[in-house]
Amino acid sequence: MYPASFDYHTPGSVQEAISLLGKLRDDAKLLAGGHSLIPMMKLRLAQPKHLIDLRKVPGLAGIREDGGSIALGAMTTHWQVESSKLLQAKIPVVSDAAGMIGDPQVRNLGTIGGSLAHADPAADMPAVMIALGVEFVIEGARGRRTVKVDDFFKGLMMTAVGPDEILVEIRVPVPPAGSGAAYLKFPHPASRFAVVGVCAALTVDGKGICTKAGVGVTGAGTKAVRAKGVEAGLAGKALDQAAIEAAAAKAADGVDVQADLQGSAEYKSHLLRVHARRAIEAALGRAKGGK
Amino acid sequence: MATATGTRLFGAPEKRREDPRFITGRGQYVDDVKLPGMTHAAFVRSPHAHARLKRVDAAPARAVPGVVAVYTALDLKVGALPCGWMLPNIKVPPRPALASGKVRYVGEPVAVVVGETAYAAKDGAEAVRVEYEALPGVSDPRKAHDKGAPQLFDDIPQNQCFYWTIGDKTATEAAFKSAAKVVAQPLRNQRLIPNAIEPRACVASYAPGTGDLTLWVTSQNPHVHRLLMAAFILGIPETKMRVIAPDVGGGFGSKIFVYNEEVVAAWASKALARPVKWTAERRESFLNDAHGRDHVTEVEMAFDRGGKITGLRVKTHANLGAYLSTFAPLIPSYLYGPLLSGVYRIPAIFCEVWGMLTTTAPVDAYRGAGRPEATYLLERTMDRAADDLGVDPAELRRQNLILPFTSGTPYQTPVAFAYDSGNYEPALNRALELSGYAKARREQEEGRKRGRYIGIGVSTYIEACGPAPSAVAGSLGAGAGLWESGQVRVHPTGAVTVYTGSHSHGQGHETTFAQLVADQLGIPMAQVEIVHGDTAQIPFGMGTYGSRSACVGGSAILMSLDKVKAKGRKIAAHLLEANEQDLVFEGGKWSVKGSPGKAKTWGEVSLMAYLAHNLPQGMEPGLEATSFFDPPNFTFPFGAHVAVVEVDAETGQTKLLKYVAVDDVGRVINPMIVDGMVHGGIAQGVGQALWEHGVYSDDGQLLAATMMDYALPKADQLPSYETERTVTPSPVNPLGIKGAGETGTIAATPTVANAVIDALAPFGIAHIDMPLTPDKIWKAVTAARK
Repeated sequence: MYPASFDYHTPGSVQEAISLLGKLRDDAKLLAGGHSLIPMMKLRLAQPKHLIDLRKVPGLAGIREDGGSIALGAMTTHWQVESSKLLQAKIPVVSDAAGMIGDPQVRNLGTIGGSLAHADPAADMPAVMIALGVEFVIEGARGRRTVKVDDFFKGLMMTAVGPDEILVEIRVPVPPAGSGAAYLKFPHPASRFAVVGVCAALTVDGKGICTKAGVGVTGAGTKAVRAKGVEAGLAGKALDQAAIEAAAAKAADGVDVQADLQGSAEYKSHLLRVHARRAIEAALGRAKGGK
Repeated sequence: MATATGTRLFGAPEKRREDPRFITGRGQYVDDVKLPGMTHAAFVRSPHAHARLKRVDAAPARAVPGVVAVYTALDLKVGALPCGWMLPNIKVPPRPALASGKVRYVGEPVAVVVGETAYAAKDGAEAVRVEYEALPGVSDPRKAHDKGAPQLFDDIPQNQCFYWTIGDKTATEAAFKSAAKVVAQPLRNQRLIPNAIEPRACVASYAPGTGDLTLWVTSQNPHVHRLLMAAFILGIPETKMRVIAPDVGGGFGSKIFVYNEEVVAAWASKALARPVKWTAERRESFLNDAHGRDHVTEVEMAFDRGGKITGLRVKTHANLGAYLSTFAPLIPSYLYGPLLSGVYRIPAIFCEVWGMLTTTAPVDAYRGAGRPEATYLLERTMDRAADDLGVDPAELRRQNLILPFTSGTPYQTPVAFAYDSGNYEPALNRALELSGYAKARREQEEGRKRGRYIGIGVSTYIEACGPAPSAVAGSLGAGAGLWESGQVRVHPTGAVTVYTGSHSHGQGHETTFAQLVADQLGIPMAQVEIVHGDTAQIPFGMGTYGSRSACVGGSAILMSLDKVKAKGRKIAAHLLEANEQDLVFEGGKWSVKGSPGKAKTWGEVSLMAYLAHNLPQGMEPGLEATSFFDPPNFTFPFGAHVAVVEVDAETGQTKLLKYVAVDDVGRVINPMIVDGMVHGGIAQGVGQALWEHGVYSDDGQLLAATMMDYALPKADQLPSYETERTVTPSPVNPLGIKGAGETGTIAATPTVANAVIDALAPFGIAHIDMPLTPDKIWKAVTAARK
């Protein structure tokens, strides 16, 4: 309830924020929507000496189409993502997943960039980002760089964003025609975070052959990962029920599944497989021209 | 009596008068109290379940800017927190306000830091250094009973605080010997953690000039708080202490009790001659508010060849936690064993309870308090029995129901209680009808063929409300009376202020009691003010718990209304120069029978009572009365609930599809408020069946200590309920009210648990302990499929 004392900074530009980060280093934390950091500070699990609030930095929020991608500003709120007409038309799974985060209050303040940079192992959006093969635009003192999603999530609450860098944008490629994606999660009964979450993004050709498959899983392990075994089981195949089940059976492979009060590693691995199958079925339905 | 509009207010769904202030943020809660010079307290709490306290070093905390004082058990000069209910041969361990010598549960307060601000106090609390020597803990009440289990107190062997029985052992053994069928089921009623929206809080303010201590505290019973603190803990005259429980945001039992924090704050306020405020952080609520339930039980039920119950045998290890909370011994004894007959004719019952101390937070009354535990075991066992006997669970219940008794002859159970009035079958029939029971069974059958697992759960229940009478409670170990006070003060204009000893912390007293008064006097509700919660304003009262406010507190108000009406009639008769018996009181005025033009209004009579210009010979001026109602018996609400669920056998996830509640709470003052209570109660009951678990590790670490871990029910997990009522008035109070505060919680838990197990019947699953979480269901289904 009562965080330890801290200094509060409100930079007016990304450059100013970066220079503050460079100066304050490990004593500083970036504040976006605050829905992960502030609760940790209230429990005194996090005690940063400086908070650098990004909410007054212009240009960090917003959703725009840019070539073959949709660019999401890091400070775009979950609600803006959920309600974006552009996303709903072009990559609806991103809006769907945003709508499954927390509750309306959380979605009104929490941001996509803040959440992704926080890299909670049970957050929803990382699975979607992996399945869609997004890129992250990160800015630091040496300028901007782009990191592919597979190089972004490094470990438990660790990402490729350096200590003096800021995640400024997420670029989501618009899938080609014949694509469909679905994110399914098994919510924690208290927190609503994902006990397991699976996002499947598929592209199928006119003959019903899967030409591209992206599958991300979250919740079960210490970080969100790409389910490579599932993807391999889908790509290049005609997706009949047997193929789907065989592919989904690999959903827990390579995931460091953690047992906790929500269940054993065995149960969570099973949940991953069930949700993978159901997500693939839903994605396939959409790819074939369903909703 | 009629109001100006001619409709009766008793029974009308009036909107709650208090709600506009609550929903617009204008309530005045304890945390809203701000006093000049006020300091803030923060507590240092044990991270160990069980440890010896080697040393507490307060020096680093005293150096923190803004810290005013740091106190430990060595500084504090107060008595132990008392236990308000004694049982035969009970061993009561001393419960210090701050831990002394040992800590015995995670979260036990060890020291307090008082600061100029809440932040300074918290910084100071972090700086206190405590050296512990960790000892092994034990959280399971049955394991705590084992020889060689960690022992909490040297003089309480095997941690057994009490052993208590009820019923006829010999008769029960005989029933089991001659039984055609015996159904046995071990089961656990898991620990729950109450979560009122408003956390507990207190502000203590000692006035050195007068020696008066004022304590604002989140209390369900301010006079009981004052009595226990003044007489037993602080050792000051009651008259030097004022307790104010202002707007209180929910209690569910957890705010009945006297806790460490208000004791420490009261003492510190005197020591510092400054006000001291403490408001619990949510995590502190999880750690130190009294928890609920936590029974480990073995049940056996005996049946004859025709499916009639012939006997019930119950053995329960009840977890009391590390110390006895204020009414802890009462809950798993007299509020538990006497409920074991339910709504059924059971000729012989024997129940044994071992009250066990463990290295966990104290356990006490939580909405339902003993009655949910009794109902759950009975109703779960009825389903087990129906399964074993191959009969429909609703039918098995029907054929064992107690026959109707509504004419004032109580039904004597074999476990002490004599039920006041009951007619059980109509409620069961209506619940089955409303839920479309027969159709649901057909759909269940169809669904199973297609791999859909629908479950239908039925439960009846009996409740015991308005604990009474005081003399009997006293003989059973109560440290308090169980009556209630109600004072009615009529003002010269005829407006009325009611001072009630019961307390509203969500129940809506300001509306229901105003309805009662307006209905009786024929005046608008706007002319009625309800005052509660301040020992300086109200007569001594017992507060609110056990669904007693309307049936006991309301009856005390009614008694006072009768008295002021009787005096008013005398004045009216005098003014009208008529005989009292010739007057009719209706629509807020007395008129002479046969000549309706000759009348005196309630306001005119009230004014004359105070002008005193023309009163009957020898009559005292004024118009007010105080009454104390001590009911002759508990009331016994009852009902039947039905739930329909669907279980995803692949993931173990349960979805609640339908919920039907038919309750009989006697007569109802405000049906909208009763519906609200039933709805909230059902949500809590469903929460226990499916999600909530105050789970400790074996060695006593609380594993669900935040809202992110402890799964309270949420609106989107619950269907729209269908609720109805039958009405069987209670003969034990003049209002005919039985009480409605806890029925939903009591019935919903077994109803939903039975529904889930019923869904899993095709897998041969007969029982799973609550909460019925997806992982447990999946594990059971997986094992059954192998």
